[in-house]
Amino acid sequence: MALLEVTDLNVKFETNDGIVSAVNGVTFNVYEGDTLAIVGESGSGKSQTAFAAIGLLARNGHATGSVKWDGQEILNLPEAKLNNIRASEIAMIFQDPMTSLNPFLKVSEQMEEVLTLHRGMSRREARAESVRMLDAVRIPDAAARITMYPHEFSGGMRQRIMIAMSLLCRPRLLIADEPTTALDVTVQAQIMDLLRDIKDEFNTALILITHDLGIVAGACERTMVMYGGRIMERGTTEEVFARPTHPYTLGLLEAVPRLDRREDVLPTIPGEPPDMLKGFPGCPFEPRCPMREPRCATEIPPLERLTDTRVRACHRTPEDVA
Amino acid sequence: MSDSTLLMVDDLQVTFDVRPRGAWPWTPSLKLHAVGGVSFELEKGETLGIVGESGSGKSTVARAIINTIPASGGRILWKGQNLLSMGPAERRRHRQAAQMVFQDPLAALNPRMKVGEIIAEPLTTHAPDTPKAEVKRRVGELMERVGLLPNQINRYPHEFSGGQCQRIGIARALILNPELVICDEPVSALDVSVQAQVINLLSELQRDLGISLIFIAHDLSVVKHISDRILVMYLGRVMETADADTLIERPVHPYTRSLVQAVPIPDPVVELAREHPVLEGDLPSPLNPPSGCVFRTRCPRALPACAQGRPEGQQIGPGHVSWCPVTAAEGLAVSS
Repeated sequence: MALLEVTDLNVKFETNDGIVSAVNGVTFNVYEGDTLAIVGESGSGKSQTAFAAIGLLARNGHATGSVKWDGQEILNLPEAKLNNIRASEIAMIFQDPMTSLNPFLKVSEQMEEVLTLHRGMSRREARAESVRMLDAVRIPDAAARITMYPHEFSGGMRQRIMIAMSLLCRPRLLIADEPTTALDVTVQAQIMDLLRDIKDEFNTALILITHDLGIVAGACERTMVMYGGRIMERGTTEEVFARPTHPYTLGLLEAVPRLDRREDVLPTIPGEPPDMLKGFPGCPFEPRCPMREPRCATEIPPLERLTDTRVRACHRTPEDVA
Repeated sequence: MSDSTLLMVDDLQVTFDVRPRGAWPWTPSLKLHAVGGVSFELEKGETLGIVGESGSGKSTVARAIINTIPASGGRILWKGQNLLSMGPAERRRHRQAAQMVFQDPLAALNPRMKVGEIIAEPLTTHAPDTPKAEVKRRVGELMERVGLLPNQINRYPHEFSGGQCQRIGIARALILNPELVICDEPVSALDVSVQAQVINLLSELQRDLGISLIFIAHDLSVVKHISDRILVMYLGRVMETADADTLIERPVHPYTRSLVQAVPIPDPVVELAREHPVLEGDLPSPLNPPSGCVFRTRCPRALPACAQGRPEGQQIGPGHVSWCPVTAAEGLAVSS
C-alpha cells in the first residue's frame, strides 16, 4: 500500500490580482522507502503540491482533492491532528536553513524541544539523542557545538542541522524542498550524499523537490515533471531521462548544458514560464511547445497511463515526441 | 604581453578592513584578503570563465577590474596602461569600455525608470551631447538585438520577467560599444529553460560584436559551455587555469578535480556510474586563511609540505597552469 496517496489535488490562491490555480489535478503515490523527485521551474506548482499535502499552505490558499497518509485522509485536517503526523511521520526541510531555524534559540534548545514534546523524553535524554543525531549527520564535535546559535554555523552545516532535526522522530517520509539550491556545489554533494545515507539507514521515503535535473539523476528512483501546475509526465528516472514522452521534458533536458558534452549552441525552449494569474484553457505548455496542435490550446490533455511506471499528459503520441 | 591582449591582471590584491565586533576605536581592524595575488590575461574577443564557490573572490576580481572596489596591490593593465594609476578622465574612458551585467536582473534596474531610459542611461551619461534621435535609434537597435520588442520601450522593469530583465541589463551594458563585458552570475537567478536563452544570446553577441567576456559563475557546466578558457578560484587565489575542455576533461589540481566530480550530470546512467568522492568540510574563514596552500585543509592529497610557502604555478601544457606541486607530475604524464 502507498504511504502517501495524492489524488486529484487542486490548490487555489486568492490574491489581490485574482485567483491563481497553482496546482491542478495532481495525482501521485509515494511508497515505503521510495524516492520521488518533483521537477519543475518557478510557478510549476512543485512546492505547493507538497505544502498542500501536509497542510502548510499560506492562509489565502485552499486545497481540494484527496491526500491519504497510511490510508487515512489528511487533507484539510485540523492543525492539532496534523501536527502529530507532521512531527512523527512526515518531516520537511527547506531551501534556506537560516530562515527555518529560530535565530534566537541555541541549536540544542530547538532540537530538544522536538524530543521532549513528541517523544516525551527528559531533557537529559533529549540532549544525548540530539547529539547522537548531529553526529549522524557528520557535524564535527557535535557535543560542544550543539549549544551554538544557528548563525554561528555555515550554510552547509545549518542544512545538516535541519536534516538532523527532521530525523529526530524517525519520520517515514522526508520532503526536501530545494535542499541544496542555496549551497555551493561541493557542499551540495555532501548533503546529497547524506540524504542517500539516511535513506539506506532509516528506509525513509524521500520526496525531493527541485529544478536541478543533475541532482535528480543521482538521487531519485522516480521522477515527476510539472509545468504550470500540472503533471507533464512521470516515470522511473531512468526512463524519463532516456526516453522523455513530453515535449517539455525533452526541451528541458536539452536546454541544460552538460559537463560531459561539447555543444556549440544550446537548444532552447522559446518564451518564458507561464503567468499563473492567467488560466489555461488547454495545456499550460502549449504557448512554448514546438509540437503543438490546434487542440492543445483548448483541450487539457488528460493524464494517461502508458505502463505500470509511466504516466503522461500530452495530445501528441510518445512516438511523436521521441 | 602581446598586442591582442586587452587586459592583464598581475598579482591583484584586494583587502577589506573588517572591524571585529566589540572592538575599541583604537584597536586595529582586521585585514580580510578577499583576493590574494590573482594573475591572468584576457585576449581581445576571448571569453574567460571564472568559477569558484562563494567566498572565492571571483566577484571581487570583477569589481576591481571595473574599479568599483579599490585594489590594494598588484597591477591591472588595460591595453598596457595601469588602471590603478589612471587619472579621473582616463578612468571614465575605461569605464565606458568595460561594462557589467549583474546577477539579480530586477535589482540591477531602477524601478522608477522606463526601459528605454535604463538602456540609454550610460550613453546619456558619458556622451550627453548625443542627439535625442540618435539615442532613440541606438536603444531601438539594441532592444531588437537582445530580443525585446520595440513597443516595450516605455514599460517599467516590474512588468518584465527575470529573463527579459536580464536582456535589458545586457542591452544597457552594450550601448557604449564596450570592449569588455563582465557578467557576474548572469543566469543563476533564471529558470532552467530561460537560462539557455540568455547563455545563447551572450555567446552570439560575443561572436558578432567581437567583445571580450568575463563570465563569472558557480555553475561549472554553464561556464564550460560559454568559455574559451577557465580560471578556478578558491579562497581568493587561483588554483588552476586551462582552456575549457582541458580543464573539465583533464583537471590536475585536486580542487578542480573535486569541483568537476561534484557537479551532477543530468543523466541517471552516467551519474550513477560516476565516482563521487565527497570533499569534506567547509571553506575556511578568509580572515584567517590556512598557511601555504589555502586548499590544503580540505585537500585529499595534502602533504605536510603544503603548509609551507605559497605553491608555485606549475606549467602542465600550453596555457594550462596548476598551482599544486603535488599533482603536477600526474598532469604532465597525462598531457604528454
